Amino acid sequence: MDLTLNAEELAFRDEVRTFLEAKLDPVVADKVARSESISKDEILAWQVALFEQGWIVPNWPVEHGGTGWSVMQRYIFDEECAAAGAPQTISFGFSMIGPVLIAFGSDAQKDRYLPKIRSSEDWWCQGFSEPGSGSDLASLRTKAELDGDEWVINGQKTWTTLAQHANMMFCLCRTDPDAKPQMGISMFVFPMDLPGITVRPIKTIDGGSEINDVFLDNVRIPADSLVGEINKGWSYAKYLLSNERFGIARVPQSKYQLRQLKNIAGIQISDDAPLLQDQDFRTKVADVELELKALEITNLRVMLDARLDGTPNPLSSMLKIKGSEVQQRISELMMEALGPYGLAFQPNAGDSQSNTPVVGPEFAPMLTPKYFNNRKISIYGGTNEIQRNIMTKAILGL
Amino acid sequence: MDLSLSDDQKLLKETVERLMQDNYDIDKRRTYIAESNGYSSENWQQMAELGLLGLPFDEEYGGFGGSAVDVMVVMEALGNGLAVEPFLSTVVLCGGLIHDAGTAAQKATHLVEIAAGKRTFALAHSEPQARYNLANVVSQATAEGGGYRLSGAKCVALNGDSADWFIISARSSGNARDKEGISLFLVAASSPALEVTGYQTNDGSRAADISFSDLLVGADALIGSLDQGYGVLEQAIDKTIGALAAESVGIMDTINALTLDYTKNRNQFGKAIGAFQVVQHRLTDMLMETEQARSMAQIAAMALDVNDQAERNRELAGVKARLGKAGRFVGQEAIQLHGGMGMTDEMTIGHYFKRLTMIDRSYGDADHCMRRYTEGLSS
Repeated sequence: MDLTLNAEELAFRDEVRTFLEAKLDPVVADKVARSESISKDEILAWQVALFEQGWIVPNWPVEHGGTGWSVMQRYIFDEECAAAGAPQTISFGFSMIGPVLIAFGSDAQKDRYLPKIRSSEDWWCQGFSEPGSGSDLASLRTKAELDGDEWVINGQKTWTTLAQHANMMFCLCRTDPDAKPQMGISMFVFPMDLPGITVRPIKTIDGGSEINDVFLDNVRIPADSLVGEINKGWSYAKYLLSNERFGIARVPQSKYQLRQLKNIAGIQISDDAPLLQDQDFRTKVADVELELKALEITNLRVMLDARLDGTPNPLSSMLKIKGSEVQQRISELMMEALGPYGLAFQPNAGDSQSNTPVVGPEFAPMLTPKYFNNRKISIYGGTNEIQRNIMTKAILGL
Repeated sequence: MDLSLSDDQKLLKETVERLMQDNYDIDKRRTYIAESNGYSSENWQQMAELGLLGLPFDEEYGGFGGSAVDVMVVMEALGNGLAVEPFLSTVVLCGGLIHDAGTAAQKATHLVEIAAGKRTFALAHSEPQARYNLANVVSQATAEGGGYRLSGAKCVALNGDSADWFIISARSSGNARDKEGISLFLVAASSPALEVTGYQTNDGSRAADISFSDLLVGADALIGSLDQGYGVLEQAIDKTIGALAAESVGIMDTINALTLDYTKNRNQFGKAIGAFQVVQHRLTDMLMETEQARSMAQIAAMALDVNDQAERNRELAGVKARLGKAGRFVGQEAIQLHGGMGMTDEMTIGHYFKRLTMIDRSYGDADHCMRRYTEGLSS
């Protein structure tokens, strides 16, 4: 048992660092440091850089463009990217539908979609949640009915993240209304520019609008839009979510944010002294630092746990819960560190286009909105309560 | 990077687990506690025969050169079964201290005897005015006739009521809270100038308050250099904290298993209480705290094996602080989920709860350790 990187791991780390120095736009890294939103073009530029390097889908099998990295290499890669302030890649194609198509898609679907996921030519969004189906996803009512050799889809999806940028959607629809809820769901893939699809942005409490309602009215899609077998969509969705677990704890990102928090608390002055010297505030920072240290090891333990039967480690739900708590706590402390400047709502301040001056320190504008926005982390992808239900079943056997 | 146990460590784990299975249950533990020394001498001998009592010592002193990870493996299993034998005081703390700072003669005498199960030790360091500040020592040591004259009083020396030997700290120079000027001495419990008042602790173990005036020891009783005892002490207590972290994890694992079992079998409102979501979510929270604690115990063991002293000391303070929080949560939830039965001495759960609670009182509680950890907080 030891935590030091071996020579091979160190060499790999250096390779990743060299790449990041050459290819990560410092302007973008700076935006990440200030929690500013990253534009579609900036995200695409970063994803294309990774694609050209051959590093865009480390989680895929080598024959489909994966890197063949070990768990440790993948972890080091994530850690270095986060530490350098690289933006998040958009997971819908790379980590969600991609692996599902590889496992269950037809050869034609693989040939058609996988290359465009890798190259970022396609931007995917996820059509799972509905207004009446959140935690109880299996109750979803958007239906797909066969009409000749076409499927006709009617219903509404919601919380669809970045649907405004997406040209493709993977979507769960009810195909057998008489079966048990989980047994009557199928998964479809289709373009977003079809007649009958309307995307309407949802304004969120942070002032942003990264999520959307997506209305599907008599959307006609060809028969080969079905993924895998009919009425097996629920099991594909479960597979998809279990695949998302690798980076779910967001440990590298939280380590980066913790450094930002300490920087800010070192700069912010409270009653004439740096805030970081305030014993109460130090204790809060130390608290979350210790939680993160433990989580880093817990995360590594889960990732390095090679289960022979291929089932996901049930502790991955814990990674979601603890990971979200740490992220939320750090962003809360960042807001707190601003003191009264945390009050100022200034979504466009510091933006090079708007030339709106910043109220307070230059890092101030996005920290309060970020705190509000981060409340989502314990809600999306299965709420923390649903994660506890999963653990209850899987680990406790209750 | 590697977080797995080696084959030898797995074997060690099995060995101690088997020992605990064979020799321990809550009723046997009651009989051990009732022994005059507060533990089972047979168990102690068996631990010696298995090589556990010399585990962290060099081979030339009857040991196996075991690492902190090895000690972690043993302590976790001892925690699992709630052992009362003085492994921590004798082997990890005092044995570790002699191993790190003792002369070749001291090691040859004491470590060999410890490894053979023939000698137990207790650290007599804490003083009433110090609470958890390691440097706060007022007991006096004055040089005299080539040796030293010791006077002072010590409180809550764990396992002190039956120890064969003490390591006693005393101030040989400087002021009450100086790190510099503390010296460490080996003193036989049979020394007539030593007054030992033994008592039980709340977790079924034993401790003693001791006082001594005009206790004369030879020059060969000094461990390490004169006035330089603080660093030695700090290192030994860091090892102790690492071991306590592992013991805590073993305790929490058993607590979780007992509590899960109870909620599956206790029926109310026509079903097992484990069928209620409010109970289920509390159980998952206990499990998560335990996993975080397990990670912290691993951090402790790895830090002890590689880091430099300042960094290691801070890391261990962080571990103890986080462990205190986890132990409090898991222990309190376990009693709550056992309901009225959790209040009874008859049930096993309370005994685990009490030990877990006492661990936080030992060698720096969560608040004390958190303060130490935050002192070193840097960007």
